[in-house]
Amino acid sequence: MTDTTGPLVAADGTPLKRKLAQAMFRSRARAFGLVFPLVAFVIAAFIIPIVALLWQSVHDPRFANLMPLTTIELAKWDAVSPPTEAMAAAVVADMIVAKKNKTIGRVATRVNREVSGARSLFTKSGRSAATLEAPFMEALIAKDKKWENIKIWEGMKIASKVYNPGYLASALDMRYTADGSIVRQEEDRRIHIMLFARTMEISLIVTIACFVLGYPIAYLLSTLTTRTSNLLLILVLLPFWTSLLVRTTAWIAMLQAQGVMNDLFVVFGIATDTDRFSLIYNKTGTLIAMTHILLPFMILPLYSVMKTIPVSYVRAAKSMGATNWTAFWRVYFPQSVPGIGAGALLVFILAIGYYITPALVGGQDGQMISNIIDFHMRKSLNWNLAAALGLVLLVFVMFLFWLYDRLVGIDNMKLG
Amino acid sequence: MGVGFGQVLAVSNLYLIFFLRDVSAELRCCKSTQHLLQNAYECVWVSVRPRLQTAKKIDDQGESDLSTVSKEDGFVVFDHVQKSYDGEQLVVKDLNLYIAKGEFLTMLGPSGSGKTTCLMMLAGFETATHGDILLGGKPINNIPPHKRGIGMVFQNYALFPHMTVGENLSFPLEVRKQGKSEREENVKRALDMVQMGDFINRRPAQLSGGQQQRIALARSLVFEPDLVLMDEPLGALDKQLREHMQYEIKHLHERLGVTVVYVTHDQSEALTMSDRVAVFDDGIIQQLAPPDDLYERPENAFVAQFIGENNTLKATVTGIKDGIASVDYGRGTKGEALAVNCGDVGSTTTLSIRPERVEIGKKSGPNAVDANVLELIYLGDHIRCRMEVLGDDQFVVKVPNSHGHKHLVVGETTKVSWSSEDCRALDA
Repeated sequence: MTDTTGPLVAADGTPLKRKLAQAMFRSRARAFGLVFPLVAFVIAAFIIPIVALLWQSVHDPRFANLMPLTTIELAKWDAVSPPTEAMAAAVVADMIVAKKNKTIGRVATRVNREVSGARSLFTKSGRSAATLEAPFMEALIAKDKKWENIKIWEGMKIASKVYNPGYLASALDMRYTADGSIVRQEEDRRIHIMLFARTMEISLIVTIACFVLGYPIAYLLSTLTTRTSNLLLILVLLPFWTSLLVRTTAWIAMLQAQGVMNDLFVVFGIATDTDRFSLIYNKTGTLIAMTHILLPFMILPLYSVMKTIPVSYVRAAKSMGATNWTAFWRVYFPQSVPGIGAGALLVFILAIGYYITPALVGGQDGQMISNIIDFHMRKSLNWNLAAALGLVLLVFVMFLFWLYDRLVGIDNMKLG
Repeated sequence: MGVGFGQVLAVSNLYLIFFLRDVSAELRCCKSTQHLLQNAYECVWVSVRPRLQTAKKIDDQGESDLSTVSKEDGFVVFDHVQKSYDGEQLVVKDLNLYIAKGEFLTMLGPSGSGKTTCLMMLAGFETATHGDILLGGKPINNIPPHKRGIGMVFQNYALFPHMTVGENLSFPLEVRKQGKSEREENVKRALDMVQMGDFINRRPAQLSGGQQQRIALARSLVFEPDLVLMDEPLGALDKQLREHMQYEIKHLHERLGVTVVYVTHDQSEALTMSDRVAVFDDGIIQQLAPPDDLYERPENAFVAQFIGENNTLKATVTGIKDGIASVDYGRGTKGEALAVNCGDVGSTTTLSIRPERVEIGKKSGPNAVDANVLELIYLGDHIRCRMEVLGDDQFVVKVPNSHGHKHLVVGETTKVSWSSEDCRALDA
């Protein structure tokens, strides 16, 4: 008999828990060994770069590293009283070093983000910094009148913050000021919120369009014999096997003013030859092309869920006196909801980060938030702002995901 | 192949979600196993409760002889019905079947024999290629399923998983536009009928197989249809529960007087519950008879072989006199058999003898032949003995384990015999 009060022991007297752990060790070690390459790859290629990039949205040590003395002096300044001689002396000393190290251009770019026109001021003053003599404030102003302007000093103070909320604020159409407060951006400079809203709008419309178009197709696929449905599935999947670029370009050929669709409209008298529809290089083009490209992502989860709904449910409903519509709406549709949830979430999340298609066919009003992120990554080279925009997008998607989990439940979702 | 590739693509985009879902599914799985254990032994036979208000009980004295149900007084009539799915093969060949009101009729047959097709045609989910199906005297070929007013129990129960038990039962009443209070009353009564009144707020997934079966039964009866169809409703239950449910369905039928058409491939189910059994094979009703007739008086070799255990011997008819056929087994052995369905003199016939009707050791009589014991299996109440008789080494005899029964030894040669009435000469 084993002692019922103490821990269970194995036949040789060692505690059963430890014995079990020993017995399981080999299989656990093997399981871990098998997934280790993937884990390592995901961490190295996915998690670390993303975290590093997103970190830039709040962390910007460039100015502080290149202008260390100025940074110390600026930290003492309250951003209200006039700039002091000590600050000017620090600026001149830092500029001499920066000029020698050829880093003055980077400082100029950084401050220019806060105050436009600062670039030329810094490059110009940097060139003659070594010749300046005390008192440095007068000397700077004598070189360039702009040093008189307090906005330049405010801009430097903002740029000197290593942990800087300015980029996130900017991503949300707000502004971080030198005195540490966050205020709304001026009316004519608000752009990101509008872009986020448009991204939401386009994603939502695309999701709804995919659902409306995809549901009947998925239903058809699930009711046909395996042979026929496999054949049709290939048609659904065909776009997957074609390059995204090719598909988008094909839509350009289809939808442009002298394209196939407009030609047909003219033939059937829907449009006149001189007044053709503008179906591309605008929001309409983005919507049409994205709906087409994302449709399979809606159809596949729907199909895999519908395939598992036995025909006997609808039959049972009909045998109990339900009309075709009642049987569908009360019995079939609720059971297909997990597929709708999975498909809609998949399409929506993919759509929200869509980039190539809007870039190619979006024109002006079909641009989405990812296009502006791309602009900051490649054109303006403001990676910090790009990271901040990406972070906002990520947080928003996470929020949607959480909301979905609360409303529908993740375990209610079927992808395959 | 196409599916797999596409799904992999779709799934790879959100494999994190996938992982989360798997974990939560595992958690749920644990919960449901717990539940199953809780409910495993809940099925206890409770005494019969008051029947449905409007139900009519069959009058014992007034029960008509079911073997003479004619086309005119049949409640359900299949009149020369044929069915083909592909236009090349007939699944149902010229079916004529008349079912009386209040009858429990079972369609029994191996899979692919056309029995389920017949049921689906009656329910309206398949259309007959030829012929008429009448319900209460009216042809229903062109009436859609939801207007036929036929209750149905499906093999997988088809309880709507997103509705509670109460909502499931309320559904047929809702589509019939019954008032709320009336609905609740009817649902409660139907649940009480199957002793499931306490489960009204459960979801089907929270019930055991036997409980789901009862709910499905209650749901098919709650709107008080005159006809209920059952498509292998007990197929998914374990043996013990299945036998228990057989009695329960039989008692419900007796209490409510509803006409039941039941489809199964399990012969013991058919024999236990039915008033009459229609044995299907190859799209044809091979025999339509009450259970005892079916077992004791099979009309052809298929029925004899399909229902119960059976020994078959091949022989040639040498003469027929007063319903008794003289047969020649070949190799100089002769015997007598009841001429049921054999051809004229000179034709070959299949003889059917039930294993429990064979006697061992008697040396005289018209049907006494040598037997060589090949195998003995002890089964408690009887001993199953496989022998070689007239060149057939699958001849089985059931020796009852009664006081003083003959003890056989493997390898021993003995005499076996049977009466001419127990040996039925059937089609070849």
